[in-house]
Amino acid sequence: MSKRFLSGNEAFAEGIRLARPDVISAYPITPQTIVVERLSEMVEDGSLKSDFIHVESEHSALSCAIGASAAGARAFTATSSQGLLYMAECLYYASGGRFPIVMMNADRSTALPWNIYGDQRDSLSQLDSGWIQVYAENAQEALDLALMSWRIAEDGRVSTPVMVNLDGFVLTHTYETVEIPEQTQADSFLPRYVTENRVDFDNPKNLAFSAGPDTNYIFKYKAHQGMLAAKAVVTETESAFADIFGRQYSGLLENYRTEDADYILVTLGSIAGLCRETADRLREQGIRAGVVRIRYMRPFPNEEIAAALRNAKAFGVLEKDISFGNEGTVFTNVNSALQKAGVRIPGYDFIGGLGGRNISAGDIEQIYTDIQNGTQSVNFIGIGGDGNGKQHS
Amino acid sequence: MANSTAERLSRDEFFYGHKACAGCGGALAVRAALKELGQNAVSVLPAGCMSAVGFNFPQLCFSNNSIISTFAGTASMLTGIEAGLRARGYSDFTAVGFAGDGGTADIGIQALSGAIDRNDNIIYICYDNEAYMNTGIQKSGLTPFGARTTTTPAGANIHGNLRPKKNMFEIAAAHDIPYAATASIGYLPDFIRKVGKAAQIRGTKYIHVIAPCPTGWGIAPDETVEIAKEVVDCGLWYLAEYENGEFTLNHRPKDFSSVEAYLKRQGRFKHLDLSDIKTVIEARDRKWAFIEKNFSYS
Amino acid sequence: MKPYIREKKTFTAAEIPEATAFEAGYLVSVNSGWRSIRPVIDTGRCVGCEQCYLYCPDGVISVQNGKAVIDYDFCKGCGICAKIFRLGAIRTEAEHK
Repeated sequence: MSKRFLSGNEAFAEGIRLARPDVISAYPITPQTIVVERLSEMVEDGSLKSDFIHVESEHSALSCAIGASAAGARAFTATSSQGLLYMAECLYYASGGRFPIVMMNADRSTALPWNIYGDQRDSLSQLDSGWIQVYAENAQEALDLALMSWRIAEDGRVSTPVMVNLDGFVLTHTYETVEIPEQTQADSFLPRYVTENRVDFDNPKNLAFSAGPDTNYIFKYKAHQGMLAAKAVVTETESAFADIFGRQYSGLLENYRTEDADYILVTLGSIAGLCRETADRLREQGIRAGVVRIRYMRPFPNEEIAAALRNAKAFGVLEKDISFGNEGTVFTNVNSALQKAGVRIPGYDFIGGLGGRNISAGDIEQIYTDIQNGTQSVNFIGIGGDGNGKQHS
Repeated sequence: MANSTAERLSRDEFFYGHKACAGCGGALAVRAALKELGQNAVSVLPAGCMSAVGFNFPQLCFSNNSIISTFAGTASMLTGIEAGLRARGYSDFTAVGFAGDGGTADIGIQALSGAIDRNDNIIYICYDNEAYMNTGIQKSGLTPFGARTTTTPAGANIHGNLRPKKNMFEIAAAHDIPYAATASIGYLPDFIRKVGKAAQIRGTKYIHVIAPCPTGWGIAPDETVEIAKEVVDCGLWYLAEYENGEFTLNHRPKDFSSVEAYLKRQGRFKHLDLSDIKTVIEARDRKWAFIEKNFSYS
Repeated sequence: MKPYIREKKTFTAAEIPEATAFEAGYLVSVNSGWRSIRPVIDTGRCVGCEQCYLYCPDGVISVQNGKAVIDYDFCKGCGICAKIFRLGAIRTEAEHK
């Protein structure tokens, strides 16, 4: 184990080096580029024995990774924003074919208007693509997810690709001290990929075939079951990870002071730290605030969210997303979880951080105030009733 | 009575029981190429005729390892499969793609260009039936001038498709690809020889084979091979190779057979008038002037 | 080696594979019903030149003991074989249904 001062992108690249993918196919896009640059350097200096393929587009990046996975190899790619949308067809292809590819997505705004900064409209728009989606909060978690995601994806009960999301710039480009495991530890944690879902010269296969109305739904059902199976596999994987590396993660979500909380803010990604600090400050003022950080958007932690919010008086969702004409997608998902569990408490959606707009501690305090007092269902942070921008300092 | 081409091929059938139309030129191209490449060929077929007719679970018509790619992703998936198998320690295999004209010249050209640029060790075979046949005969970038398709209808105002075929052979060659070739299933031994040659060359190989579609061309199912020969004999297609930076013509018809006869026997060209046919002949003659000037003849 | 008809033709949900990966060359249906014409080999005239074998889009012709043999389960009756061989060893007749 060594310690280094690394950005989120660099930490993730270190995790990928430890996971020893056979094939890396990637196309550059801000703010993902540092990952592919570091991986290229690792291939050049011989510390990573991967075939780095310079594809000409994101569509080809994932199509190539699918091909490599169909050959039985471990395949990695990384993208962001427009690139994720450009490869969208292949997202469904990879999950439908049950190819356990790992991809890093640097969460970034989607055009138009053009914007290179972070929000989560890119990945959240692809929730239905059949990928496991996990959101890291910091560089250490990013590195650790780089390792854990393979073990989850390749587990025979799951066989589903994993998208690891890092908030663009806020996480991808922010430096912190990161523990880097030894290769021997990583190897003992992550065995080589073994599958029957591959080209086989002894028993040839026909792969990625068509299935008509009589059987198609069975394949879809099984993909759904595979994703659901990931819930238990995430827990097992994190337990094994803790045994070897000493860091224990909290499963599909992370609760912070929710047990006795009256007002809970649900969020995901790198903003969670500021939410926790704000909750601490409010606690000092006698307001029982808590935070739920969703780690996995798919499979979605329905029961866990309902359990966390069950005894609260009200909740809010803070998300860097908006589904035009409705509400933020995270809010939709959280409400669905509560409805299924019969939890009836007021909830409000707070849309913030779009196009990289800063979310301040003051904004979050205001959110808690709005949750306590009640507000409209969907609220754009920084937009008052007259539509003018305002920011709480 | 020995047939030297049949003798060189595997007696195995790798593409069998498929639901291609009777007399399908594309099916013949795929079948012949796989018999040349043998059981360690790993075939990649994008969405299109050959994947639609060959891969409907549980009717799976390839006896070698085969996979459907995305429509745009024939070349990129070939790249991944080749890299993945190599990473797993295999060397005795051929990654071969079979994409139609639309899958190659239109939606797949970017990935193909990328693969050639990287010089990935793959064979890419375009079976060209000159329109999107699987979806019902719509114009592609390889639909020839004058052809009636369902999106280039022939009427009083417009006589079918207004644009000539893209020249994919020379586009591939312009990448300085190690090997590119044109072929026709009407000259099957020549096609098979080229597939065999491609398998011996490292790097990216591109073979463009004319593979008529009786349904789309408006010919009888038993005319597929004949018309694939005739298109070469009348000079509207040619058999050539590109290797080591040089173009070589493999076959020079003594006298071109009638272009008009070639066109008029096909439903898709029935509407062409004398002026249209003159345009086709002039384009052919320009092409052959270029070939005579720039290709050597073997 | 070639794809061939299997006994097991339908699959329960449990038997359907997890992934889109299955045994290569697994056939459950024939194509004989497609034929409107039927090619017939005149074994007296067949010289075993294998041109029909070579040019069959469906690969249904094999040469056994020097003579062409057609697998009528998969022959679609396109008639290419009869046209390729110009000495008349393959004639076509209407398919009796």
